[in-house]
Amino acid sequence: MTKVTMTVNGKSVSGAVEGRTLLSDFIREGLRLTGTHVGCDTSQCGACVVHVDGKAVKSCTMLAAEAEGAEIKTIEGMANPDGSLSVIQQAFQDHHGLQCGFCTPGMVMSAAALLAENPSPTESEIRKYLEGNICRCTGYHNIIKAIMAASGQSVADVAAE
Amino acid sequence: MYEFEFKRPGTIADAVAALGAEEAQALGGGQTLLPTMKQRLAAPEVLVSLSGVPEMQGVCMDDAGRVCIGGATTHATVAAEAADNYPALAHLAGQIGDPAVRNRGTIGGSLANNDPAACYPAAVLASGATIVTNAREIVADDFFDGMFTTALDDGEIITEVKFPVPEAASYQKFLQPASRFALTGVFVAKFPGAVRVAVTGASEEGVFRWTAAEEALSADFTPDAVAGLAVSPDGMISDLHGSAAYRANLVKVLTKRAVAAC
Repeated sequence: MTKVTMTVNGKSVSGAVEGRTLLSDFIREGLRLTGTHVGCDTSQCGACVVHVDGKAVKSCTMLAAEAEGAEIKTIEGMANPDGSLSVIQQAFQDHHGLQCGFCTPGMVMSAAALLAENPSPTESEIRKYLEGNICRCTGYHNIIKAIMAASGQSVADVAAE
Repeated sequence: MYEFEFKRPGTIADAVAALGAEEAQALGGGQTLLPTMKQRLAAPEVLVSLSGVPEMQGVCMDDAGRVCIGGATTHATVAAEAADNYPALAHLAGQIGDPAVRNRGTIGGSLANNDPAACYPAAVLASGATIVTNAREIVADDFFDGMFTTALDDGEIITEVKFPVPEAASYQKFLQPASRFALTGVFVAKFPGAVRVAVTGASEEGVFRWTAAEEALSADFTPDAVAGLAVSPDGMISDLHGSAAYRANLVKVLTKRAVAAC
């Protein structure tokens, strides 16, 4: 076992991990932050996306030991300090960007990473950025609308209903 | 995955030393190796992460005008930082996998693995790039040695890749949308006096140069120059996503598109 220390949602945390412990397992089982979901465990679905040093990463395909010293942000760190939903989260609610909600943590984290590097993405840029996030409920259109709305853009022109 | 001992050295020298252990394996971004280990198709006893080696990170230009990329540089960094000096290469890097995969996966990891459908091998071979390791320099034509096989020795690390910059270049990837690898991909690079064409995703022998097209395009750099050439389906990959004949046809179609886009 190795001791790892990292900052998660602004708080310094440490724990003992095996070499093979995945970052997703450390977050969920070590820190009990179960908002990060593991869908496929094969880096296809994107439900496990978190930010590592500001970049979207599939936490099921990164070792916890590799996050030594890193700044991690999970879905639990996305709400406003007063506990209210962040702009992106509120937009997902307003535009019905989720049904079962399983993919939503990853969708929100990917959306936040996109908007950090591209504050006004086009519809096609959003669809392209979400290629690694799979949703089996919504058909994506409402997720796209939510992200358009969160970036302050009109959702009226978003393609099919 | 099976248990292993994890090491994260901070220098190339320490990484080479760590890889001297029995059953040791280098870890790039892990976007292929970790899923492979989860399936127990790989089971190293020592895993040496290269993500903590600063001297293997980044994109720069050398005095010969080559774009030099550290072996542990992620696809996302290449997509962003090579865009001005070698746009076709940056474009290729920006189409690998998905954004989260591009934030972890590295050029050295991709090349050392030499997946027969990976994108980077096509860029390296078409550009006539040089692979720099901790021990030597290997020219692209000597590096790829068939599916999942390269000229690298055990414990040898790709520290840098040096790309000569062509006058014009284009990579055309026909996406396999489930794996996000290339069903077939063609990289065309036009240098003064010579054209190089490298094909990935098609041959059972891995990435290869289509020399007949190179000759035709060196004489006449237009899409129609390859129209009369035949691509044999012998030795092409055949699977549920595409037959050998389908891939052979894609080689020609994608080459034409690449030339048209140059």
